[in-house]
Amino acid sequence: MTAGSISSPPSSRRRPDRGRRREVVAGYVLSLPFLAVFLVFTIGPVIASFVMSFTDLRSSDVRNPLAVAFVGVENYSKLFADETFRKAAFNTAYFVVIGVPLTMGLALAVAVALDSGITRLRTFFRVGYYLPVVTSIVAVAVVWRFLLDPDSGIVNTLLGYVGIEGPSWLKSTTWAMPSIIVMSAWRNMGSLVIIFLAGLQVVPKEMHEAAAIDGAGPWARFRHITLPMLRPTLLFGGVVTMIGYLQFFEEPFVMTRGGPLDSTLSTAYYTYNQFGFGNYSYAAAMAYVLFVVIALVTALQFKWLGSKD
Amino acid sequence: MTTSTRPEPTAGPVAPVVTDAPEQPTRPRRRHHAAIAEPRPVPWVYAVLIGGLVVLVGPFLWMLLGSFRPDRELKQVPPAWLPENPTLDNYRTLFTELDFPTYFFNSTVVAVAITLGNLIFCSMLGYALAKLHFPGKRIIFGLVLGTLMVPGVVTFVPLFVLVSNLGMVNSFPGLIFPFLAGPFGVFLMRQFFQSLPDELIHAARVDGAAELRIFWSIMLPLCKPALATLGILTFLASWNNFLWPLVVAQSEEKYTLPVALAIYAIGENKSDYGLLMAGSVAIIVPVLLVFLALQKHFVRGIAMTGIK
Repeated sequence: MTAGSISSPPSSRRRPDRGRRREVVAGYVLSLPFLAVFLVFTIGPVIASFVMSFTDLRSSDVRNPLAVAFVGVENYSKLFADETFRKAAFNTAYFVVIGVPLTMGLALAVAVALDSGITRLRTFFRVGYYLPVVTSIVAVAVVWRFLLDPDSGIVNTLLGYVGIEGPSWLKSTTWAMPSIIVMSAWRNMGSLVIIFLAGLQVVPKEMHEAAAIDGAGPWARFRHITLPMLRPTLLFGGVVTMIGYLQFFEEPFVMTRGGPLDSTLSTAYYTYNQFGFGNYSYAAAMAYVLFVVIALVTALQFKWLGSKD
Repeated sequence: MTTSTRPEPTAGPVAPVVTDAPEQPTRPRRRHHAAIAEPRPVPWVYAVLIGGLVVLVGPFLWMLLGSFRPDRELKQVPPAWLPENPTLDNYRTLFTELDFPTYFFNSTVVAVAITLGNLIFCSMLGYALAKLHFPGKRIIFGLVLGTLMVPGVVTFVPLFVLVSNLGMVNSFPGLIFPFLAGPFGVFLMRQFFQSLPDELIHAARVDGAAELRIFWSIMLPLCKPALATLGILTFLASWNNFLWPLVVAQSEEKYTLPVALAIYAIGENKSDYGLLMAGSVAIIVPVLLVFLALQKHFVRGIAMTGIK
């Protein structure tokens, strides 16, 4: 267990034992403060969340843990039979399946445009497109509710100029979710633009030039050179975006309160609501289902990235 | 950079036509010039980018304008482009009748504490993981890496049970502690420390410097760029954080800005858009200023880690 059992790099092989022991002590001293906080406030809750999901813990039991009983998978079986949970899971899937490609497509278009040899205003554009990413989702959602106001909102006013009568966006079961999706794409595309721009730097200009001389047009070059070269970056960006989108909560909380008729209720929002009702173990089970989905998405990414590159 | 307008004649063997006429730069190469669109700035690219930028920045301008409009004007159909009777009433209400100075203070205290904690704890552990050899190191790194993607929604229920048993509900410690040691910071600092040469440490050891002193006086000062990136990203994440403060701050005097704004936005001030726009300005503008001043650190942070 002491310094003897560790593998030392060649350079430190000649150091006396005392020096190595000092290094071990320093390692622990430097690790300890982080680990103490981390074990109590992160690792502990991750494990507790799992255990809790197999109990019947409610808010009234918090100070009286002996009253809590294990109930096996009851929470999970109740969960999958819960109509509202199914609705929330569907909404979350809807948000992810439409929102992720939309955000990525817009970000890719902007990144390619920024990389197409424009020199003027490059930094200006990059900063501008990144701007919404640094802002609070709550504030952005409040602002968008104002923009989407059916009567005095700017969106319907602009639509009115071209002769379209805009719907009552956030009060419609049809339009509330698309509105939230567009807003999320608007807010989040900036970080993907930066990631994609970094990825595009790796695509050699010579390949484009050679292909152009062989008669390939811009679209063919984009499809057969840029996209394949960008594959790892796209996959990475997609997974990061998907993990964030799977947890969406602030947007419906502020804009629609999950409505109308639960049409924008997300899994995270429903989890929060069940917590609010005091159904702690049920909320924990729900959160764990979400966690497993996120873990699977992350694992798949590593698998895909590992297999072909 | 300089290749923007003219194709380089370096294509060599694959471009025999080009090598045929090296003395006449423009005319015979016209066809190729058109084909190699890549390094040439196209006017419509600018048009599209500017159009996109208007859509991205427009809502913020509308928010700013809205915050100076009196209530009557906000309900007006169709809305006027510029405020006709600009007023500071919304801000006056926000900062005198409502308790926004308190929320502002709370957000600042929480974000500063969390940022300092992460800078200290994460650089310590990051250095230990990158440069020191001690048993258990791999397990620690595995734990940190394994929790990198654990979302807040997974842990908030047991965390709330824990925090209430510690008597920290509705308090600054309750708002701060769960975020004091983030795995992301360890990951970032470890990456950075790994890029620093080991020779610095060996030389200092030969000179008899103690291990902790090597970390503090030699290695840490070299990490300023990484610390700046980590500090900014942590501050921002904390300033904008919502779910946990919503759960743990249960009375008004402990609300952070996003919690207060959200509560007002769904409560009795639901349709008081002037007030809500002024509140949004109060949250957004400070971070926008920080972002504009330090934007290269943001870009580097994103490029280094890909995580916002």
